Amino acid sequence: MSAPAPVLEARGLSKSFGGIEVLRGIDLTLMPGEVHAVIGENGAGKSTLMKLLSGHLAPSGGEIRLDGARVAFAGPVAAEALGIVLVHQEILLAPDLTVAQNIYLGREIRRGPFVDDPTMNAGAAEAVAALGAALDPRIAVRRLSIAQRQLVQIARALLGTRRVVIFDEPTASLTPRETEALLGVIREIRAGGAAVLYISHRLPEVKAIADQVTVLRDGALVTTRAAAGLDPHAMAELMVGRDVSKLYPDRAPPETAAPVLEVEDFDVPGFVSGARFRLGRGEILGFAGLVGAGRTELMEGIAGLRPGRGRLRLRGAPVRFHDARESQRAGVVYLSEDRKGKGLLLGQDLTVNLTLAALARFTRAGLVDRGREAAALDRAIADFDIRARSRALDAGQLSGGNQQKLLLAKMMLLEPEVVIIDEPTRGIDIGTKEQIYRWIAALAASGKSVIVVSSEMPELIGICDRVLVMRGGRIVGELAGARMTETEIAVLATGASEKEAAMMAESA
Amino acid sequence: MSETPVASRPARRSWRDLDLRAVAPFVALAALILFGASLNPNFVSVDNLLNVLSRSAFIAIIAVGATFVISAGGLDLSVGSMSAFVAGTMILFINAAPVGGDVALIALAMTMALVTGALCGLANGLFVTLGRLEPFIVTLGTMGIFRALTVWLAEGGSIAVRSQEVRAAYRPVYFGELWGVPAPVIVILVVALLGAVILNRTAFGRHVIAVGSNEEVARYSGIPVGRVRTLTYVIQGVCVAIAVLVYVPRLGSATATTGLMWELQAITAVVIGGTALRGGVGRIWGTVCGALILELIGNIMVLSDLVSEYLIGAVQGAIIIVAMLVQRALSRGR
Repeated sequence: MSAPAPVLEARGLSKSFGGIEVLRGIDLTLMPGEVHAVIGENGAGKSTLMKLLSGHLAPSGGEIRLDGARVAFAGPVAAEALGIVLVHQEILLAPDLTVAQNIYLGREIRRGPFVDDPTMNAGAAEAVAALGAALDPRIAVRRLSIAQRQLVQIARALLGTRRVVIFDEPTASLTPRETEALLGVIREIRAGGAAVLYISHRLPEVKAIADQVTVLRDGALVTTRAAAGLDPHAMAELMVGRDVSKLYPDRAPPETAAPVLEVEDFDVPGFVSGARFRLGRGEILGFAGLVGAGRTELMEGIAGLRPGRGRLRLRGAPVRFHDARESQRAGVVYLSEDRKGKGLLLGQDLTVNLTLAALARFTRAGLVDRGREAAALDRAIADFDIRARSRALDAGQLSGGNQQKLLLAKMMLLEPEVVIIDEPTRGIDIGTKEQIYRWIAALAASGKSVIVVSSEMPELIGICDRVLVMRGGRIVGELAGARMTETEIAVLATGASEKEAAMMAESA
Repeated sequence: MSETPVASRPARRSWRDLDLRAVAPFVALAALILFGASLNPNFVSVDNLLNVLSRSAFIAIIAVGATFVISAGGLDLSVGSMSAFVAGTMILFINAAPVGGDVALIALAMTMALVTGALCGLANGLFVTLGRLEPFIVTLGTMGIFRALTVWLAEGGSIAVRSQEVRAAYRPVYFGELWGVPAPVIVILVVALLGAVILNRTAFGRHVIAVGSNEEVARYSGIPVGRVRTLTYVIQGVCVAIAVLVYVPRLGSATATTGLMWELQAITAVVIGGTALRGGVGRIWGTVCGALILELIGNIMVLSDLVSEYLIGAVQGAIIIVAMLVQRALSRGR
């Protein structure tokens, strides 16, 4: 594989968003006829790297070389013209158009002033058949399964001459059988001489398909190695291993934790089935798992934000919440991972946001007491170290870290007993992370119970007393004490050990 | 760390953004009055201005209700038809009731009108929230329904108050004065004051703005989103009824054309007043100002020969577009 020249290279590639560097100094060499996997935790910078290489984003530093010559893509269309295409993770198809119309969207074949449907239908059928599928090109995409839509999307991406095909977590929504079919397609692309860049969380899959593996962590490159010398366990260790001892507060888990919240046989239709766990007084319980494992849905189900079925007991008494109002009154609050979409009113000022959930505590004779509101904002700014250049700012003008602090302050006005925090430090700089960790520990020390849902394994290990791992809508394991390691979590979350065995057996 | 770049630019934005947008309609109103005065000195006479204010009453009162609906992210197209329907049923009630004790009868009719308006609004609100339908569609439907019901009740003609005694007793509600201030003006002030207190000072008002800003955030904050939305339509219905209470003594009848196009004028007044059509910002006094601007433009066109008064609709239409452009420019990419 060393004889041919690299088709695509990245040299010292960096990307910053608003002063925050999310990717720095990445070197990557992509050879024709090779599948190169990029792995890393959520937020490691994988998707950003892919977007830089496919022209969706412009790099802040470094360079991209195509066939040894430096290139700067004006946009994804320019990159596509050069034979580099990104297959998106999400399905980006017009549901009401047919398979053929989608495949040729924006580059319709014309005959005179009219579109040439027969030619496009034939071309689309051929493109889909080349992927080993049989689809009628004339049916609307709406009627296809997710996997079939993915195939259409891939067919669209592969139309024309392709030199580099980038897959961003293509199997996230596929069943094992569909995944196997897709891996077959990728092998064919490789056999055709194109280079494939493959991002995935699913390590056994990476092991099965990749020739080279590049590991990213915190926006930097950890290593690039031949896949032959790595097993999924080793990959998981490379993805997560780091010293984070100073970031997390010292903490002694409560000795005998009386259960505050008990969840049994809890289902959230379509997302979670049979969840069962107990949360003790003063405990910090972590929920780990991949994106889509059902963690957020479970928490929203418990808090009454989504329809759920099952048994909930709060301090031993059976409860059932139909909306957030009921759960908040009972002392259970949920802080959404989606701060901008579900947590704060970005167009309203700090005060309105702070008192929104607990407004009943700020009314006197039916009117909102603005003096008390102002005093509450003073306290929140002091207690949570919210840094705003003016109190009249809108919440949308705060940095991510300060938004999170404002959301914490808002929900704490409800004086909850159980606090569920989803992705407490997503998009937050490291200094604020430390503050939030200390604050969570203090909350638990004061006798409240905390659930932390996070995709950052070191964070869960650093602050939680126990960690539950979810996969495919089920709680698949509980880790505590010495077993609470990133490798153990990664193995449970990805199902590495089981699938690894299956994949090995198959390739043997 | 991420706060350092912004710290060098102190709180200039809040000054520009907040104040300018809230003040803009009042500046426009003042400019319009100056313009009117330069064309015709009679324009700035107290009599003329009070007259303009009185005539703006129907739209102003309805638009106060529309401010609630719109700032919660909704829309009500049915208010014009609803006015006709409430007026029609109210007059039918007056006509059907045994005459005698005029004041008591009128009070009863007024109560009935308010209840009718509230129920009409409730129907709109429930279709939107429980039915999970687009407000545009729901109120487009009820717009047709209320209008047709009125025409049917009037048997194609008009519904008029038959008793001259009742007419006489009811007259002062539109034509009366208190300390020289016409009754409709007092009603505008009272309704706007109540509306402003409810929207700006109560928890419900805060919830209206929150629902209009971002329904999901409101839901995650434990706000009963459906109830809040429904209540905005009920408030709209009550405001329509209050406008009808002032309208009926003016003409004493309801016809197929009563309240025609009022919905568009009300929405125009709300938008000119600085309330965001996408929800999340509500300005009651701005709305009243918007209603006044609409009426003033008509008045100026009548008093001057600048533009044919047949073009009033065109000028009002242009005003709403210009107002939106100004708002867009002032909000600068928000």
